[in-house]
Amino acid sequence: MLELKNISFGVDGEEGKKEIIRDISLTINEKQFVVITGPNGGGKSTLAKLIAGIEKPTSGQILLDGEDITDLSITERARKGISFALQQPVRFKGIEVYDLLRIASGKFISITDACEYLSEVGLCARDYINREVNSSLSGGELKRIEIATVLARNTRLSVFDEPEAGIDLWSFQNLIKVFERMQETHKDGSILIISHQERILDIADEIVVLAEGKVVQHGPKEEILPGLLGTSSAVNACAQLKGGEKA
Amino acid sequence: MDDIQLRLLKEVADLHGVPEGAYNIRANGEMAARNTTANIDIVSKTDVSGIDIYIKAGTKNESVHIPVVLSQSGLKEMVYNDFHIGEDCDVVIVAGCGIDNCGVQDSEHDGIHTFYVGKNSRVKYVEKHYGSGDGTGKRILNPGTNVHMDEDSFMEMEMVQIKGVDDTERVTTADLKAGAKLVVRERLMTHGEQDAVSDYVVTLDGEGASADVVSRSVARDNSHQTFNARITGNAPCTGHTECDAIIMDNAKILAIPSLEANDLDAALVHEAAIGKIAGDQIIKLMTLGLTEEEAEEQIINGFLK
Repeated sequence: MLELKNISFGVDGEEGKKEIIRDISLTINEKQFVVITGPNGGGKSTLAKLIAGIEKPTSGQILLDGEDITDLSITERARKGISFALQQPVRFKGIEVYDLLRIASGKFISITDACEYLSEVGLCARDYINREVNSSLSGGELKRIEIATVLARNTRLSVFDEPEAGIDLWSFQNLIKVFERMQETHKDGSILIISHQERILDIADEIVVLAEGKVVQHGPKEEILPGLLGTSSAVNACAQLKGGEKA
Repeated sequence: MDDIQLRLLKEVADLHGVPEGAYNIRANGEMAARNTTANIDIVSKTDVSGIDIYIKAGTKNESVHIPVVLSQSGLKEMVYNDFHIGEDCDVVIVAGCGIDNCGVQDSEHDGIHTFYVGKNSRVKYVEKHYGSGDGTGKRILNPGTNVHMDEDSFMEMEMVQIKGVDDTERVTTADLKAGAKLVVRERLMTHGEQDAVSDYVVTLDGEGASADVVSRSVARDNSHQTFNARITGNAPCTGHTECDAIIMDNAKILAIPSLEANDLDAALVHEAAIGKIAGDQIIKLMTLGLTEEEAEEQIINGFLK
């Protein structure tokens, strides 16, 4: 479904060109639940942005269902079926949660439909549907609304950049359920998640480990996960809460 | 009234025809239609151009529409409308002015509205300004609004100017007695070479008086906006003023909120923020399938809603 061919990406830094993604080739198959993990600074978020079109690769090709989308804009990629949940959701003064879900679904949706997406991410729909997506919402609430916009789009490929960031432990449990349900109900689409969380890695079909801009491991969860346990690539949310490791 | 005037009427008063209740429609400097009710009387002034609107004490759930439309290029007028609202009323007043100027001469409507709001009365005031026409003559609106609020009265003012007015200088003053409450919501968008000035002077004279003056504006192209809000507290009272603006293209915005406390228990707050549309807002909406232009429109529409 999604194919990255020899993708490289660099930025101009103080000490010359800095390579963030180095010649990555990766295929995400249809109906797959793939989690990308790896140490901080390894290029995970950049890779997600390259897929969504927010950044353009310095070299290489991105194919969606065989079609070259490397030069397509964010909008064109979105319309072709790529959804992207940002790590840090954006606030909008005056735009209500309902407006955002309506834009996301790309058609008229009833309040009842919109409420279903909110219930799905554990928000009491009635209380949120007419709230403005502004600073009156907490980070966790925004994050869940961000995920609800991706559910509302219901596209072929859904990319989530660290969905657990900024979410409390209780909500985190529900987040896992959201992804499990997506896996069940969204049978045609693929899901790509950037995450360090062991619980999320545990529900993946495949795991990709990214370090220093390169794919260092890629394979079925059963093969990859055991080797990651106890490292920063597979963090236990409870340990984190106790003041242990930070994601 | 002709088609242009009817279209202007629709823009400024959401009216598709003759409204219900009391109304006074002014077209090209003359009275085009008027209706009074048992509780609301409208009388033409004799010394200057304009009308007096008398609302009897105890009038509830009634409305007054006083739209003005100008479609004749070069027409300049100064109009005084006074609203005398009795005690214990609950009314909606819809004013507004639409100018269509296809000619080369400037068209100008300067409306001075004075409100005397009686004790315990509630008033909702809606004022919309709109301009159209492709002539080189300017469309100029200089509204003046003076509000005198008696004890425990409440007034909500919604002032909207979204399109087509070239120059506007709006001056609003208000004085509030004990327990009175004033809420102002201003929405302004300027484009082209427009120049808009909005001045508020609110004086809280009585114990428990409160005012909340909030302006949201968008300045596009080469337009210029000045927002000047001053709240003075002369008694134990609460006041808040906020100016929130989106700046685009080569526009310029000057925001000058100011506060004056003359009483130890006057609690006054001001906020002002000017900024461009954030890049990540556009990106987010593009990931939902909107183009950059559509994203921008959504952000502006939401902001000015």
